[in-house]
Amino acid sequence: MGLERAIVLAASAIGAGLAMISGVGPGIGQGYAAGKAAESVARQPEAKGDITSTMLFGCAVAESTAIYGLVIALILLFANPLVKML
Amino acid sequence: MTGPRIIFRIPLFGGIPVTETIVNMWIFMALLCALAFWLTRDLKLRNISKRQIVAEKLVLTLDSLIENTMGPGHLKFAPYIGTLFMLSIVGSLSSLLGLRPYTADLNVTLGWALVTFFMIQVTSIKSRGVGGWLHKFIEPVPFILPLNIVSEIASPVSMSFRHFGNIAAGMVITSLLYSALAAASAVLLHLVPNAFIRSIPILQAGLPAVLSIYFDLFTSFLQAYIICMLTMVYVKNAAEE
Repeated sequence: MGLERAIVLAASAIGAGLAMISGVGPGIGQGYAAGKAAESVARQPEAKGDITSTMLFGCAVAESTAIYGLVIALILLFANPLVKML
Repeated sequence: MTGPRIIFRIPLFGGIPVTETIVNMWIFMALLCALAFWLTRDLKLRNISKRQIVAEKLVLTLDSLIENTMGPGHLKFAPYIGTLFMLSIVGSLSSLLGLRPYTADLNVTLGWALVTFFMIQVTSIKSRGVGGWLHKFIEPVPFILPLNIVSEIASPVSMSFRHFGNIAAGMVITSLLYSALAAASAVLLHLVPNAFIRSIPILQAGLPAVLSIYFDLFTSFLQAYIICMLTMVYVKNAAEE
């Protein structure tokens, strides 16, 4: 294994780790949404079903940025295009 | 973790690979077709069988979900949305049987998202005409055209990546947990003299099931619901313009 390959592999591993930092934003956002949903349930317990399904829908949509980061990390780890460029 | 295994190759155009994804999906498609066929035999108006009650309940649930989300007059989309939901849920839950879930393959989810994408565009053209559909791209001001095109293309990409990413992430984390538990049980058992007992990864029993409740059951249901919900919302927006 050449030095260039080692450098590219190490940089890809670091890059995959950095890509997963994208999980921070959705984590904060989903926590905020869940907190608001808890407040709403406390105010209107009879609308619990609607609130829960709306919250889950919003959370799953907000998650997409984290998923993009995850896809980048998966590509860097399992289908690395940079190694093939050497 | 690797991509789906290639089971065999069709000897055409230099060998078309047929992967685990395709084989599993055809099996489950056949099972779903058989289920639908069995549920809808000899339907009656009076004295209905238990089987017919189940079938009617399923159809009514789907119809009421679509009416609640899209409003009345959109029931013609019910077959597509029901199919999407069933295929998605069965595919993601197939990981409980130890199969590789076919929704953890971007080809499958991207295919579904592309079908939805063309459905949105055709609905939009039907409701506004070709001129109105083209005009939508230069609203509110003409120089925003590239942004509008990107945002149209982004919807199938984000829909397919979301479904694929959630199921694939569950698969990766579960396999990481399994290998970690195998290493931990090797450490735990390394003093046992019997080589056969030493090779049993005892910690793998039980613990992954807890994670499986979230990654297999909850995520599967949620993602199937999300992809149907997004389809309904996008199509409704396209139809109402």
